[in-house]
Amino acid sequence: MDIRVQAEPFDYGTECNAFTASAPGAGAVVSFCGIVRDAGGQLARMEIEHYPGMTERALNDIATQAGERWDLTEVLIIHRHGPLAPGETIMMVATASRHRAEAFAAAEFLMDYLKSRAPFWKKEITATGEAWVEAAERDETALKRW
Amino acid sequence: MTITILYFAWLRERIGEPRETLQTEARSVSALVDELRAKGERYALAFSDLAAVRVALDQELSDFDAPLDGVREVAFFPPMTGG
Repeated sequence: MDIRVQAEPFDYGTECNAFTASAPGAGAVVSFCGIVRDAGGQLARMEIEHYPGMTERALNDIATQAGERWDLTEVLIIHRHGPLAPGETIMMVATASRHRAEAFAAAEFLMDYLKSRAPFWKKEITATGEAWVEAAERDETALKRW
Repeated sequence: MTITILYFAWLRERIGEPRETLQTEARSVSALVDELRAKGERYALAFSDLAAVRVALDQELSDFDAPLDGVREVAFFPPMTGG
């Protein structure tokens, strides 16, 4: 289990390759990368605030739960904080397992949980102002399937 | 007892401080919120709609009915938007 909370950028491709190399015995790797979306070309930057200490605990807890539910060879979560430009990578998860079904399910579980249970808050800054991103009802609903 | 209170995102902005230390006899989170609301308009505004506020006790997600026995750190924040 590799969990990183950092301000620094990361290279998604490099991380995927390193993750795959670190998961011997796996037959499947699933990865997801979230990027700063610039709907309409208005976004100057995004700022991500987090709760140091609780963030790491929450991510560890979510990854541990995934490891208990599915037979995973390895799990990786990287989540950034601080100011981010449109198009930059915000976060990624990767899961490795012997067969693909477990890796797919675990990656979706990780994403659903870290969207609304890991203490991160996004703020969007445009030329005309700034606004905190509101939590979507569907993100809370998504947890019910697990 | 002395507790540390942390605020994040718009709660931090409305209250104007990221953290404070408070001497309190509040037995539950909701009693603590009542005490904070009485501190002034900024607090009353920040805690005007508790449906929009989440709470963590010693870095574990909790709720407003929870007791404060032995708790050292209380954090208030809006629903999380990670990912």
